Amino acid sequence: MTENASHKGGVSRRALLKTGAAAAGLAAGSGAITGFPTIWAQNPITLRQFGTGVSNINAIAEKCKEDLGITLEMTATDSDAAAQRAVTQPNSYDIADIEYWILKKVYPTGVIQPMETSKLKYYDKVVPLFKTGKLTPDSVIAQGTAPHTVGYVESKDAKTFASGETGFFTMMPTIYNADTLGIRPDLVGREITSWADIMDPAFKGKTSILNIPSIGIMDAAMIMEAMGKIKYADKGNMTKEEIDATIDFLIKAKQDGQFRAFWKSFDESVNLMASGEVVIQSMWSPAVAAVRSKGIACKYQPLKEGYRSWGGGLGLATHLTGAQLDAAYEYINWYTSGWVGGYLNRQGYYSACMDTAKEFMSPDEWGYWIEGKPAQGDILSPEGKVMEKAGAVRDGGSFEERMGKVACWNSVMDEDRYMLKRWNEFIAA
Amino acid sequence: MATMTDTAIAQPAVRTRKPGSRIGEFAAYLQALPLLVILGTFLLLPLLMIAVVSFWDYDFAAMYPDFVTFNYTETLGSWVTWKTYLNTLKFAVIVWMITLFVGFWAAYFLAFHVRTSAMQTVLFLVCTVPFLTSNIIRMISWIPVLGRNGLINSALVDTGIVAAPVEWLLYSDFAVVLAMVHLYTLFMVTPIFNTLMRIDRSLVEAARDAGASSWQVLTNVILPLAKPGMAIGTIFVVTLVMADFSTVQVMSGGQSASVALMMKNQMSLLQYPAAAANAVILLVLVLMMVAGILRIVDIRKEL
Repeated sequence: MTENASHKGGVSRRALLKTGAAAAGLAAGSGAITGFPTIWAQNPITLRQFGTGVSNINAIAEKCKEDLGITLEMTATDSDAAAQRAVTQPNSYDIADIEYWILKKVYPTGVIQPMETSKLKYYDKVVPLFKTGKLTPDSVIAQGTAPHTVGYVESKDAKTFASGETGFFTMMPTIYNADTLGIRPDLVGREITSWADIMDPAFKGKTSILNIPSIGIMDAAMIMEAMGKIKYADKGNMTKEEIDATIDFLIKAKQDGQFRAFWKSFDESVNLMASGEVVIQSMWSPAVAAVRSKGIACKYQPLKEGYRSWGGGLGLATHLTGAQLDAAYEYINWYTSGWVGGYLNRQGYYSACMDTAKEFMSPDEWGYWIEGKPAQGDILSPEGKVMEKAGAVRDGGSFEERMGKVACWNSVMDEDRYMLKRWNEFIAA
Repeated sequence: MATMTDTAIAQPAVRTRKPGSRIGEFAAYLQALPLLVILGTFLLLPLLMIAVVSFWDYDFAAMYPDFVTFNYTETLGSWVTWKTYLNTLKFAVIVWMITLFVGFWAAYFLAFHVRTSAMQTVLFLVCTVPFLTSNIIRMISWIPVLGRNGLINSALVDTGIVAAPVEWLLYSDFAVVLAMVHLYTLFMVTPIFNTLMRIDRSLVEAARDAGASSWQVLTNVILPLAKPGMAIGTIFVVTLVMADFSTVQVMSGGQSASVALMMKNQMSLLQYPAAAANAVILLVLVLMMVAGILRIVDIRKEL
C-alpha cells in the first residue's frame, strides 16, 4: 500500500528525500546525534554489508531496521571470494564483515579505513583478546594471525599494522569461536584427548578433514604437532619445508586409507557425521549442533593441545564519508550494544563485547553458554528451537576455558601460493 | 560444430546460385548471420577471452594483463595435472564403455522389440523420467543407498552375506562410475535409438532371406548402421565426463580429482589465469578426441 502511494507521488517524494538527506547531513555534521534511535528513521540510509555469512543473519538486519531505521543489505560469500571482493570492488560495499586473516591480506591495499576508537561507544568493553592477544593477563599469545596483530594502525593513512594498542582500530571485532574436532561418542569407543587421535589406526577409513586449504592446513598442523612429528615455529606462517612435511604426511595418511572423505561445505560435514561415515573429523560448532538436533550423539571434543580459533569483525570501507560514515559508526555501536552479542552467544559463537551481551541473555543462558554451568531449563536457539535439554553442559566448558586455550588462529601464510599448490597435490594424490 | 553447420548450409547455397546473382549470395550470409552472432558472442568471444587470460599474471586480488607462459608450464610441468588428466580419462573410458553397452541394448530393445510406436514413445519417455529431477539430486540420492549404514550395506549385513559393511561402495571410484553411468546413459540411448529407428527394416529381412543368423544380422547390418548414433552418443558422454566436477567431488567424497574439479579449486582460490590455462588444455584435448571420433565415423555421410 505504501509502495503504491509513494509511486504515485514520485516527484514530490524524491524532492522530499533530497531535503531530508541534506538535513540529516547537516545534523550529523553538527554533532547533533547523540544516541540512537535517531533521525535515520525518517531519512532512509542504506548500508551495504558483505561478508563470510557466519554473521550475515537476516534477524540482525530486521532488528537494525527496527532500532536504527538503517536498512542493511547483506551479501554472503565464501572467504576467498570475500577477500577478492573487498579488494577489487571497494565501492560495492560500505561495511566489510570479514575475518582477521582476510583483513591481513585486504587492509594493506587501502580499501578499509581505520576507525577512531573514541567514536566506538563500547571500545572499552571489547575483550582483551582483541587488544593484547591475551584473554587473561597470564595467557600465552597464540600462533597464526592473532586478531590484535592486525587490529591497530598508527595513523589514519598507515598501511602497516601497529605493534600495540593505538587510537585507530582496523576492525571492530564482533564474532569469534574456538574450533576443535567433532566426534561420535557412541562410535569412537574410547576417550579422545588429542588432535593425534584422528590418526589412530582404529579409526582407519572413518575420519575426515576439511578441504578448505587455508583452514585444513592448520588442522593438519595441529595433528602433526600433537603426534610429535614436527615442531612448528609458527603454524600460521609455515616455511616451505614445514609445508612439504605437512603435505607429505597428509598424502601418506590418505594413501593408507585413513580418511573417508574430505568435506568442503557445512552440510557435507553434518551428513558425514550423522550417517556414521566418519566418527571423528574437523568440524564447526553449528555443524555439531545440527547433528545433535537430529537426535544423534555428537561432541565438540576439547583437546589437550588447544583450539584452532577464528575471529571476525566489521570494517569501514574507505569511500565512506559524512552522514554515511556516521551511520556506519552508529551501526557498529548498535551492533556491539548487546542485542546482536546475545544472539551470537546463543548460537554458540562469542561476542566481542561480553558485558553488553550479558544484559540480553537470561541468567540460565549466560550460565550455559558462557560460564559452562549445567543448563537449568531447556536451552533454545535464537530461532526458538530446543538445542539442549536441562542439565546439559557445554562441550569444553566456559568462555575462559575455551578461548583461554587457543593454540593458533586462522591465518594467511607468506608461502600461501606454494601451500595451495601442494594442497592440490594432496587432493589429487 | 559451428564450422560444420556453417559449411553445411553455405556450400549448397554457393553451388546453386547463378553466377553474378548478388542477392542470392547476400541471402545466404543473412541466413547464417543469427547463428554467427550468437555463437560469436557467446562462444567464440568468451573462449578467446579465456585463451587471452591464460597468459596473464595474477595474485590473490587481481589479474594483470601480461604475456607470461608460467600458467602453462606450471600446469603441464606438474605431476598433479598428469595424474588428474589420466584419472579423468580413465573415468571417461570406463563410463563410455558401460554407457555404450547399456545404451545400445536399451535402444535396441526399444527399436526392435517394442512393436507399436505408441509403446515406443511411452517407454522412451519412461527413460527420461529421472531427468525430471536435478542432476545433483539424482547423484546425492545414491549416498543413502551406498553408505556404510545405507540400504545395500544394511541388507547385506542383516542377511549375513557379509560380516562388516562393504566400504568401497561409497566415496570410491566405483561410486563415481556408478553415478556417472546413471546420469549419462540416456545421452547414449537417445541418438542410438534415433539411428536404429531409421534403419530400413527390409534390410534386416533381406539379410535373413540371404540366410544370415541373428548374430550376423546384428554385426553386419545393424551395428554398422548404428555407428553414427553411437558416435554422437560417445561425443556427448565423453565431453560430459571430461567436464564433470560435481559427481567426482560428491561421489568420491573429495578423495578423487578430476580436471574440472582442479579448475574449480583454482578458481575458488582466485587463480583465474591458471584455471584458464587448464581450460584451454582441456578444450584442446576434448576437441582432439571429438576429431578422432569424427574421423572414425563420418556422422554426416551416414545420417
